[in-house]
Amino acid sequence: MKFDFKKFFFRKPKNELEGSENQQPKEEPPQQDAAIPEKLAEKCEGCGQIVLKDEFAANYGVCPKCGHYRKIDARARIGMCFENFEELFAEEESGNILDFPGYTEKLEQLREKTGEKDGAVCGTGMLGGVKTAVFSMDYRFTMGSMGHTVGEKITKIFEYATENKLPVVGFVLSGGARMQEGIISLMQMAKTSAAVAKHGEAGLLYISVLTDPTTGGVSASFAFEADIIIAEKGALIGFAGPRVIEQTIRQKLPEGFQRAEFIEQKGFADLIVERREMKEKLCALLKLHCGEAIA
Amino acid sequence: MSAYDIVLKSREKGRPTAVKYISNIVEGFIELHGDRRYADDKAIVAGVGYIDGMPVTVIGIEKGEDTNDKIAHNFGCAHPEGYRKAVRLMKEAEKFRRPVLCFVDTSGAFCGIGAEERGQSEAIAMSILEMIRLKTPTLSVIIGEGGSGGALGLCAADEVWITETSTYSVISPEGCASILWKDSSRVAEASECLKMTAQDLLSLGAVERVIPEEGFTDAFYAKLKTDAAQTLKKLKEIPAETLVENRYRRYRKF
Repeated sequence: MKFDFKKFFFRKPKNELEGSENQQPKEEPPQQDAAIPEKLAEKCEGCGQIVLKDEFAANYGVCPKCGHYRKIDARARIGMCFENFEELFAEEESGNILDFPGYTEKLEQLREKTGEKDGAVCGTGMLGGVKTAVFSMDYRFTMGSMGHTVGEKITKIFEYATENKLPVVGFVLSGGARMQEGIISLMQMAKTSAAVAKHGEAGLLYISVLTDPTTGGVSASFAFEADIIIAEKGALIGFAGPRVIEQTIRQKLPEGFQRAEFIEQKGFADLIVERREMKEKLCALLKLHCGEAIA
Repeated sequence: MSAYDIVLKSREKGRPTAVKYISNIVEGFIELHGDRRYADDKAIVAGVGYIDGMPVTVIGIEKGEDTNDKIAHNFGCAHPEGYRKAVRLMKEAEKFRRPVLCFVDTSGAFCGIGAEERGQSEAIAMSILEMIRLKTPTLSVIIGEGGSGGALGLCAADEVWITETSTYSVISPEGCASILWKDSSRVAEASECLKMTAQDLLSLGAVERVIPEEGFTDAFYAKLKTDAAQTLKKLKEIPAETLVENRYRRYRKF
């Protein structure tokens, strides 16, 4: 399946995270330049300037004017780096396990709006001649929060990769656990970790790509259990969200705290990669680990 | 008792903390300190001793008893070095095929600048990963609050038990009410919805056993000691590979 950048970038990003730290959806309609029809342009969330959608698309969702990284959905992520993507476990879907008030309706709304059953897409794809198992998390689904479906799909892709001796590349994006699924969502951290452990013990490579944001229960499980941890430039990565920390310690956090650069400096990410270079870097790492030796 | 009553009870002043359990259940306890990387985190008290004549490694999240003690133990909120100490001692236990017994009581892992700088996420992630594949029997007992990832870091065990008025949850009911409903006064309702009480957890299969509290008497500790020793001995007879595979299946079902 070929990824259609244009089709994707014509959709307006919506921020659904309960307690989103970085971006508040802007209420006022974007100021339109009279010369540009509304559907061809969008306002950058970073600088507020009007940017042609084509320009965003050609630039990997990065604002050509200020360099702001827009969030991109799970399939777009995979499409940017992998070829011949074949989806697996697409049928996975779960309901309101704990009968949490309002959650059934919320799931229905999100499914309707996104066309996805939940917040993770899995499958296999090719990069640099290496067949790879891939998972990718979706910000549109309660900011990639992990409930049963997300945990199950990620566990299944690690099990599939172990069985078929494939490396795993995971594009991580999550505000944390899906609280409407209570203890079941907490158990996903243990379940996914166990699957990561088995994959690792089989001598197979796992690369996690931590994108904005990677926090909470997901960061405290499979995000940080990889052989190689890539932090996407500028991404917020941490255990507790900055607002929670500020409330706890009653102190303002320093500039750049928990950003990719900070995470690398403190020794918790192997490398920072810009979005436009992601494919190339992943390709090089996959080839080095899984490809044939260079004569 | 409502779910919220149990939440309050799980945090009640004067409730026995991990050290109390250790002193009542473990004989000849020798505390072992430090993660050999950065520091000794006093929020986690760990060491070796005997339970019913069997050598065990014991790891407890300790909230502290009086005010000064609470401050010294950081109110049971561990830093990354606490989880790294736990992992270090679990691996030591594995080397000698000694069972691991954990007592869990925390509102959550500490969130602060130092904890983030030293990789709280990575520390908890690796604690879960190492514990879940540990080639020696593990039993975790939740004795108060089982607060989210901070509790799970020491709960990826063969069996998880919980005392009657304890809780185990992905988020505090206060956090849930304020994030989801933007209304922290709805904490009682959130406590119900999260299904975080011992009985709820038992019916969801998240714990194997609910321990009746009976006022934390000598008989209470004696029974817990007998039961824990019996379970760990039984688990010890299982070959390591089978043990790890059974544990995999225990978590795979969720």
